[in-house]
Amino acid sequence: MTTSLLRATVLGSTLAVAACSTTSAAQAPKPPLRWGGDAEGGAPFVEADPADPSRVRGFDVDVADMIARGLGRQPQFVQVAWASIGQSVERGDFDIGLSGIEDRPELRERQSLTIPYFEFREVLAVRPADRDRFHTLTDLAGRRVATLGSTASYEILLGEQARSKLTPISYDDDVHPYTDLVAGRVDAVLLDHIIAERRLRMLGGFVIQPTPVATGHYVGVLAKGNAVLRDSVNAILRDRMRDGSLEKTFRSWDVWDDAQAAYFERVLADTTVRGTPNVSKGGASALSYLPSLLRAAGITLLISCLSMALAVAFGIGIAAGRVYGSSVVGGALAVYVEVVRGTPVLLQLFVLYYGLSGVVRLPAFLAAVIGLGLNYAAYESEIYRAALEAIPRSQLEAARTLGLSEAQILRLVRGPQALRLALAPMTNDFVALLKDSSLVSVITVVELTKQTAIYAANIGSWVVPGILCALVYLSLSLPLSRFARRLERRWSLT
Amino acid sequence: MTGHSRVSNAPTALAVRGLHAARGTTPVLNGVDLEVATGEICALMGVSGAGKSTVLRAIAALQPFSSGTIVVDGFALEPGPVPPESRLKPLRRKVGFVFQAHSLFEHLTVMDNVTLAPVHAQRWTRERAREVAAGLLETLGIAARAAAYPRQLSGGEAQRVAIARALALDPHLLLMDEPTSALDPARRGALGETLSALADQGRGLLIATHDVDFAQDHADRVAVLADGVLVEHGPARDVLANPTHAATKALLEA
Repeated sequence: MTTSLLRATVLGSTLAVAACSTTSAAQAPKPPLRWGGDAEGGAPFVEADPADPSRVRGFDVDVADMIARGLGRQPQFVQVAWASIGQSVERGDFDIGLSGIEDRPELRERQSLTIPYFEFREVLAVRPADRDRFHTLTDLAGRRVATLGSTASYEILLGEQARSKLTPISYDDDVHPYTDLVAGRVDAVLLDHIIAERRLRMLGGFVIQPTPVATGHYVGVLAKGNAVLRDSVNAILRDRMRDGSLEKTFRSWDVWDDAQAAYFERVLADTTVRGTPNVSKGGASALSYLPSLLRAAGITLLISCLSMALAVAFGIGIAAGRVYGSSVVGGALAVYVEVVRGTPVLLQLFVLYYGLSGVVRLPAFLAAVIGLGLNYAAYESEIYRAALEAIPRSQLEAARTLGLSEAQILRLVRGPQALRLALAPMTNDFVALLKDSSLVSVITVVELTKQTAIYAANIGSWVVPGILCALVYLSLSLPLSRFARRLERRWSLT
Repeated sequence: MTGHSRVSNAPTALAVRGLHAARGTTPVLNGVDLEVATGEICALMGVSGAGKSTVLRAIAALQPFSSGTIVVDGFALEPGPVPPESRLKPLRRKVGFVFQAHSLFEHLTVMDNVTLAPVHAQRWTRERAREVAAGLLETLGIAARAAAYPRQLSGGEAQRVAIARALALDPHLLLMDEPTSALDPARRGALGETLSALADQGRGLLIATHDVDFAQDHADRVAVLADGVLVEHGPARDVLANPTHAATKALLEA
């Protein structure tokens, strides 16, 4: 028997085995219920289990288990960024999203929502000294009020901004709004009472005002076309409300109270509460977002220009120190350059804004400018150092025979010639900085990309916001490159 | 060309005694003795690599020397590392240097090249510096190019700008490194006349060159450098007409 025949026989039997196993898979138990949530959101919703960080726990985890069991399926957790849950479920990444997702009109338009399984209150947290001053949003006119981005409370604050000149500050997590409240960076925090109470237990240093600003509900979110699964889930949720297992779960996470009991009674009495009323609201047009995008573009441009100015000034100093300084100075500066270039700018921004807040409490905008500026200074300094070293020795010697001091030679001969050499790589860096400035959203500065993300989350699509955002970035960077090319031609040394 | 007998007992612009210098660990100069009087054009001759540029660079304090003395118009340079620029201020006013490749500042106009040192090193007013520079450019026949950038100049123009720049502070001693290397014969004649005029104003000129014709036509004295020492020196006509040393003969035959 030839080898090829042998190979064909082996292949054939492998295929037969594979076909058998496929057949038996069809008769196997139902596929797992894939549910999406964000473990970064933390307890009591979804968090990594301290006992086994590869598993998640929280009341949303328990609700997902309950639903899966009701469907006769195994729950399977899918990690997803909280603000993207709606779009992710629509893409088919998982069957249902459960992660403290608020019932909001925009969400209803785009996805299928389950009946609300929890009622929460939007509450104000303030420093103890302000307990008698700030009861309502109206009291906070002209003040800075923090919350999580892409939430109902952020929408409330944006609405209030127009009326009372209050400044909404958007965060990517629910810890830093409260640490910044205690630190005095913001005057109040508006968030779900569950979050506020949990942070109060962990952090302290603030009080929660008893009168809620609004009431909201947590829902499960499914793909728009998945009404069948939604109806099954709704039936299961009602059953679990009726038989007390939801109450038990919420009690075990210490989030059960009388208001919750009253809410469950209302749901069970009123069979018309179905979730997903599918009201079409037409949606906000792209135009209505344009002013806020342009404002954010202004912030991006301002941060980029100021950071670049700082980077150029420090970069020149570092380069001069490395070229002219003693070996100790040169060595220290080399260490600075390597450390800054070798660590992520995101980390540097976090350390500068949050890490150092015990020592120096920088406003977010200033921290953004300093963080990006000092980071880019390391890159600029390498450009300047190379440019300085590229100036021919004969130019420097000619300047020396004319009696110019070393400082004058640097200022009048070497520096200006090096600047011409550095222009092209500097322009390149500035364009990169323009885009890197989007990173400062992690320290609460709302610039162009962040504003676009908010806009995209609101309308549930990245297409129009993405194109608009790209156009704005291009309209900032293209003229800059052109200007640099013209300068380069004018300054060309040969 | 005649009229080489400008010098008789003129004061000394430059005195070099027993100059030793090395490039890295290789000895280049092994005891050079050289004098240049005011009003005199001295051609420092030798084949490539003989050490002509090293002599000029040591005099201009661009490179260290290990022993010997260099005195420029009363200012003495000591053996050892090159002193900091702050200590060299008097030397910089006394010595002008025209580099072989001119080394004009590429980012500055002709006028700014010439006025840079007077304005910034000597703190002259800009008006005075421009006035002096305009006079020099006029004398050198390049006044029309005052606003041009170095890259826009011909080789001959660039050299005259380099001379104007070196003369802006009215130095007693002018050092030139291979000034004829990039000039055609007609321009060489013009350069010779310019240098004669500068010597007539009471300057000493030390010109490193291996151009025998140029030395014959325009130098008062010739010093021939070989193996790091001066092997022959004297009036240009005598040395070049009756060479005694093999190195001089080799130069003439080249």
